[in-house]
Formats: sequence, C-alpha cells, structure tokens
Amino acid sequence: MPRTLTPFLWLLFSAGGTVAALLFPVHLFLTGLAFPLGWLHAPSYDSLRTLVAHPLTRLYLFVLISLPLFHWAHRFRYTLYDGLQLKHLTALIAVLCYGAALVGTAVAAYTLLSLS
Amino acid sequence: MSAAPRYTTYHPRWYRRRVSVWWWLESSAYTGFVVRESTSVFVALFALVILWQLRALAQGPEAYARVLARLHTPPWLAFHAVALLFVLFHSVTWFNLAPKAMVLRLGGKKVPDRLIQGMNYAAWLALSAAVAFILVRR
Repeated sequence: MPRTLTPFLWLLFSAGGTVAALLFPVHLFLTGLAFPLGWLHAPSYDSLRTLVAHPLTRLYLFVLISLPLFHWAHRFRYTLYDGLQLKHLTALIAVLCYGAALVGTAVAAYTLLSLS
Repeated sequence: MSAAPRYTTYHPRWYRRRVSVWWWLESSAYTGFVVRESTSVFVALFALVILWQLRALAQGPEAYARVLARLHTPPWLAFHAVALLFVLFHSVTWFNLAPKAMVLRLGGKKVPDRLIQGMNYAAWLALSAAVAFILVRR
C-alpha cells in the first residue's frame, strides 16, 4: 500500500462512517422492517422511479452506497489484521477489501446511470 | 556463541508473548472495540441491500415486487432486525467519538465535546425525519 494513499483512504473511511451513522438507521428501519411488516406505507414502484429519476436523488444514492463500502473496507481490513492476527496477509487483505468497495461503487454507478 | 548477534530496532521475535486469537474476549473494553469494528460488516451488507433494491427498480415492476416479497420473508426480517442493532451501535459510537476525531476551535477556545455530540445527534434526527418524510407514503 503506497504511503501517499493512506490519508485518502482514511478520509473515505471517515466520510463513509459519517454517512452510514447519519442515514443507515432510518433507511434500514424503513426498508428492512417498517415497510415489509406494514407498520408504515411503502412508496409505490412508480413514485420511486420518479424520485430516482432526479439527478440529486441518484447522487445521494451513489454517496449512500459507495462511501459506506469504503468505510467497511478500511475498518474490516484493520479488524482482520488485529482481530485475527493476519498481519502476514496485509497486501492481499487490502486488495480484497478496497477492491470489493471499488466493484460495489462501479455497479452502483452503472445501476444509477441506467435509472435515468 | 560463534554467530555474531544481529541487532534490530525491534524486540527479538522470541521475546514476544504469544497472544490468543481470542484476546478481545479478555476484557469488556476489548470486546466493545471488536463489536464496534464489526458493525462495518453490517454497514457493507446494508449498502449491498440498497444496491440490490435499486437494480430491481431498474429492471422493472415485476423484479421490484420479487425483491419486496423476499424482504418480507423471516430470514430477511431477522437479518434486518440484527443489522439495525449493529448500525445503531455504529451511529452512537461514531457520534460519541466525533469530538475526539475532530477538535473544533472557535475564537481560540475548544468547542465542548457535549456540543459537538449534540450537533451530531441533532443532524441524525433531522436527516432521519427528512428521509422518512420523503419515503413514507401518506
């Protein structure tokens, strides 16, 4: 891992952690529990398509998916090092974690562009 | 002792005590640390769930209805119930650590920790209400 990348990765970790902390509980509660269990009325397919067609919504969703994935990559990477004592696999773990976040970001970008 | 000793800046390997992989169960502070770090797994999984829903939304009404039906099954409800606890733990620990991660100074004085935490919780409340206002059908 080049040293110059570390502050940038930490910034992504920090930004992603903030996005997840502020917005994931409400999204998770609504789409994972309140809507499926009928506690609250879920939006219709058509209203969601209208909402997602707006560029600002798609920018919001891109940030909502991508940054928390990089937050995970950074945190999980160090948890594997320390928690499971896998220091000898440093490079492999870093490539797998950040690579997975990059793939998720690419799929999110592709999906959101196709929703216009 | 014929071989010349090698000097390193670190302790020789044989002086290191072996630490169990379960070191983090030895004290509640360590366990809290590992639980806090592992919230990131649920954060990533839920990001993928959002992505999964968006892909279905792009594919059409039938695909989206299938995803909604899947989310209604007990395994997914159980997953979301557990994930909500972990994500809430992430939020609370994140906001409480915010004053330590970013020290704000106003007019040469350090902004009190409580104030920074309070602003984080207020932003959390406001954003949650805004998302619910937009998404929940009235």
